[in-house]
Amino acid sequence: MKNKFFGVFLGAVGLLVASVPLVAHHGSASFDTTKELTLKGTVTEWIWANPHCFLTFDAKDDTGSVRNWAAEVSNPTDMTKRGWARTSFKAGDAVTVALQPAKNGAPVGRIRSVILPNGQTLSAGLPPPPPPPPAR
Amino acid sequence: MAKRFTVFIIGSAAALTLSSVMRGQSQPWNNSGLAQSANQQQTRPAAPAPRRDLTGIWDAGGAGIGARGYMTPPLTPWGEALGKTHKSGDGARMVPVEEINDPLSTMGDPEGFPRNLLFELRPFQIVQTPNQVLMLYMFEKRWRVIWTDGRQLPRDPDPRWYGYSVGRWEDDHTFVVQSVGMDERTWLDNAGNPHSNEMHVEERYHRVDENTLELTVTIDDPKAYTRPWVPRNKLPLRLMPRDTDLMEMIPSASEAAEYRKVFARPSK
Repeated sequence: MKNKFFGVFLGAVGLLVASVPLVAHHGSASFDTTKELTLKGTVTEWIWANPHCFLTFDAKDDTGSVRNWAAEVSNPTDMTKRGWARTSFKAGDAVTVALQPAKNGAPVGRIRSVILPNGQTLSAGLPPPPPPPPAR
Repeated sequence: MAKRFTVFIIGSAAALTLSSVMRGQSQPWNNSGLAQSANQQQTRPAAPAPRRDLTGIWDAGGAGIGARGYMTPPLTPWGEALGKTHKSGDGARMVPVEEINDPLSTMGDPEGFPRNLLFELRPFQIVQTPNQVLMLYMFEKRWRVIWTDGRQLPRDPDPRWYGYSVGRWEDDHTFVVQSVGMDERTWLDNAGNPHSNEMHVEERYHRVDENTLELTVTIDDPKAYTRPWVPRNKLPLRLMPRDTDLMEMIPSASEAAEYRKVFARPSK
């Protein structure tokens, strides 16, 4: 039990440490960190660059129409450690993207994870969303 | 006997092949450093620190990345006024992405010194020559020259992004660097903390043992801060394998512009 608790504690610390570089240049002020959207779409471009990499994809979202989304992860150096690569996506790939959307409703966000066409999940290392408030 | 010898030869060959494959898998190119990497732990016990020797590739891991910025002593009125013009990506001056005016991430300006020690301190290599210590940084792929030939720091120098530095051995395991002349257009950290071009910075590199170096940075800038402060206090740096090939991590102006156009502006 003690070991289990220690493992959870270490995991939580690791997650916190891992999440730091993701916001290394830009904080979260533009994004709704309490919300998560899951979008099924088609990759239009994958930009493997500094200061942050970003994926653009067409997806039908809660506006009811198909929009071209731009969603960021951290820089190539940090994403390499998480198993991402310049070759992770190509235009036309069918992907499922979980992201924190911008507060202003524009089709931009911060990626939490992406499911690739082969079923593999790439995690961006964002901390998990806060739990919903308890029911009264 | 012959059979046993054959098995031994095949076994040895397999072990050699396996070790070279594993070596190949341990990233002979484009190593991204220790941050968040569990596969580069130190495995052998450290030998004593060599005398007057800092050579090698050093990495502070995740602790080298000061994403949030620093708590500073109170600013002077001059420092406060300059700090108010800085719209940062994190810390007390944080603004939405589109409004950030960090010269590094939005314009591709040099990170500058000492921000390169306080913000994106990625792996760096130290090289010693008879009259210089060279520091070669992975982030921005830049270098600094620290003169050890006994010269004095310049008086009223033309400002430089990376300043002017001289160093000396305080004892056999402690190298102390003094720097002046840093361009005040650079920020100190990701919170947009400012500095003046009258700032004096001291770096102390203490070699604890073969594998460990500790870095302490002291900032003395009476024009911007009401007292000296120590943003890095005995930050441990780990020695990386000598065949480590580091990634290129350059925040270029054109990539920054593309990021603002496609991602930052629409999020406003």
